[in-house]
Amino acid sequence: MTEATKSGNPSLFYSLFFDKELRSVTIQVITMALIIAFFFFIVSNAITNLETIGKGYSFNFLWDASNYDINQTLIEYNSQSPHWRAAVVGIINTLLVAVAGIILSTIVGFLLGVLRLSSNWLINRVVYVYIEYVRNVPVLLHILLVHGIVVNTLPIPKNALMAFDGALFLTNRGFYTPKPLFEPAMWAVLIAFVIGIGFTIWFKGYAKKVQDGTGKIYPVFFISLGAIIVFPILVYFLAGSPINLEYPALKGFNFKGGLVLRPEFVALWIALSLYTAAFIAEIVRAGIQAISHGQTEAAFALGIKPSRTMQLVIIPQALRVIIPPLSSQYLNITKNSSLAIAIGYMDIVATIGGISLNQTGREMECMTIVLAIYLAFSLMISAFMNWYNKRMKLVER
Amino acid sequence: MSTEISHIAGEHPDLPPPATEVGVIGWIRHNLFSSTTNIVVTVLTIYLLYIILPPMLNWIFFDAVFSADSRDDCRAIAKAAGEELGACWAFIGKRFQIFVYGFYPVEERWRVNLSFIMMIAALVPVLFDNIPNRKLGLWYSLIAPVIICWLLIGGMGLTPVPTDKFGGFMLTLTIGVTGIVGSLPIGIALALGRQSHMPALRMVCVAFIEFIRGVPLITLLFVASTMLNYFLPPGTTFDLLLRVLIMVTLFSSAYIAEVIRGGLQAIPKGQIEAADSMGLKYWQSMRLIILPQALKISIPGIVNTFIGLYKDTTLVIIIGLFDPLGMGRASLADTKWQGLSTEIYVFVAIFFFVSCFSMARYSLYLEKKLHTGH
Repeated sequence: MTEATKSGNPSLFYSLFFDKELRSVTIQVITMALIIAFFFFIVSNAITNLETIGKGYSFNFLWDASNYDINQTLIEYNSQSPHWRAAVVGIINTLLVAVAGIILSTIVGFLLGVLRLSSNWLINRVVYVYIEYVRNVPVLLHILLVHGIVVNTLPIPKNALMAFDGALFLTNRGFYTPKPLFEPAMWAVLIAFVIGIGFTIWFKGYAKKVQDGTGKIYPVFFISLGAIIVFPILVYFLAGSPINLEYPALKGFNFKGGLVLRPEFVALWIALSLYTAAFIAEIVRAGIQAISHGQTEAAFALGIKPSRTMQLVIIPQALRVIIPPLSSQYLNITKNSSLAIAIGYMDIVATIGGISLNQTGREMECMTIVLAIYLAFSLMISAFMNWYNKRMKLVER
Repeated sequence: MSTEISHIAGEHPDLPPPATEVGVIGWIRHNLFSSTTNIVVTVLTIYLLYIILPPMLNWIFFDAVFSADSRDDCRAIAKAAGEELGACWAFIGKRFQIFVYGFYPVEERWRVNLSFIMMIAALVPVLFDNIPNRKLGLWYSLIAPVIICWLLIGGMGLTPVPTDKFGGFMLTLTIGVTGIVGSLPIGIALALGRQSHMPALRMVCVAFIEFIRGVPLITLLFVASTMLNYFLPPGTTFDLLLRVLIMVTLFSSAYIAEVIRGGLQAIPKGQIEAADSMGLKYWQSMRLIILPQALKISIPGIVNTFIGLYKDTTLVIIIGLFDPLGMGRASLADTKWQGLSTEIYVFVAIFFFVSCFSMARYSLYLEKKLHTGH
């Protein structure tokens, strides 16, 4: 071999492994060959195994009747509906708890993060203890604990805890609130709302143009608030309050009517939100602390008011630090919602990946569907967050 | 007292600061009541604590029953003392062995204890670098896992214990420690692969990492428990615990890889170029220049991933393994102790809090120790 190097005409075998350029090709070819061999191996095994027990790989079972009921359905569903419809119900339930969780955890998380930075020693410490407790205990335990509290300590419907003067009943069968029933005149309110948004977009551009030209600043926030919130409310009253409330009423052993939040949903929602909020709080704290104090001082030196300093200088920069980890928390909450199965909330894992799987015995197909759906969720959230992140990114020369 | 004493200008002795500015009073004024908002916040917090703390403390300590033979017994004792019924810790006390060892045979439990001591001994040289004979200790840490594995499973002179007898905290530690030990090297390899200049290698690593990170652990565990047998040659059986261990390790290695990639990207390009110009080969420059710096930056992220993995071990109850939570719920089937789920949850929560919080503290210590910059 040494001879080969010296002569400057190395053998092919030698250069395949020791020549810098050729070696990388060799490594890649070997990797790909191994991967392909591996997939060939497991797929051929799967085919043999499925043939032995007489099962094929087909999704036809999705059109058979599911023969099971789901306790929380936002679309029409009964036990005669096909399996694919059960899967859709599951997807909607997953999305429902994920979106509700993202909203609540963001609000609580930002609040906790700001309180954690408070100069008040007491609230600072209390929030610290709370965050450390929540972060260091598994989310499954939180879910089981909250579920246990909702189911075991809340009263039966007969002795329901009443809050807000009959607007909310807390029972161990779920939380009951009045259900809004819309009358046709509601359209006017909706149209007013859309007009308000349109006006705000136009007004924002106009105010910026005026400010760029003359330096005059309009109170954009309050005017947008008026256009989006106050205007539709005025229209609502002018149209004669076109919302009727259907109040829940105790009939027999349970409440009838009204909107019901099932205890599984409430437990999962609250536990996931509080768990994620603790992580978001730490992210928010780190983000705000990452902005050097010089930024605030510089803004003050320019004569910018504290509120506008926060709005124009601190928050945009802090968001840049906060958003990437925040997006992964949103992904986490979506994935953690799969723990619903532990308390019987019918999400995608519990419907198509649970009962449908057990009834039809189609493990491969059901798990493929579940994995594909979660991958799609994750890719969508991360694509959106990447786009947003790119918009917020520091423009450097 | 007379205030007539006069001083020469500039020689007035320092007066003590006002009593309201120093000591306990000063501290309270500055930290709790410095402004109107602060006063409101303080009062609200105290009120909140007043609502939450007393019932909680009563339940956990003052009204709790620590020794009894059944739940009715707990009730009777509380009634006799004229208290409301608090936690029935007697249940945890009676079932403590089961919480720790699961179904591990009673006469073989010394093996679990010995393994635990060996694990602690193996951790010390890895975690702390100021101990004597550290190098020798590291060699021990390297072979200890093999011995522990033999001790726990048995065979070769010891009575074999099937892995479905594993349970309780012992199972949590087995899964957690194996996952942590296994996922770090795989994670480093994946991170390097993702940064590699070879497109095929990079593609494989990216696909693996993104797939694992895109799906929840629970679905992967379901795959392990329901589907994996289809992918193996006909007739092969595969231990459930082993499948779970592999899945957990692969799962957290993808997250570790992303954390380390962040560290690798933070190293300035000049470092690699400097290493190249010194004539270092790829592996030399990685081992001596790049990885030490990248890993140092990534420590908080790595430890956070480990904590996440450790907490995720609770998910195994969903596919039918018995970690402490599963053991607890199983022992609730005993009619004597029905309905004590809250006690179990709180007990297990304390266990996890202690282990995870100490991991987080160790990471802080390490960060401080390795902070060699200015």
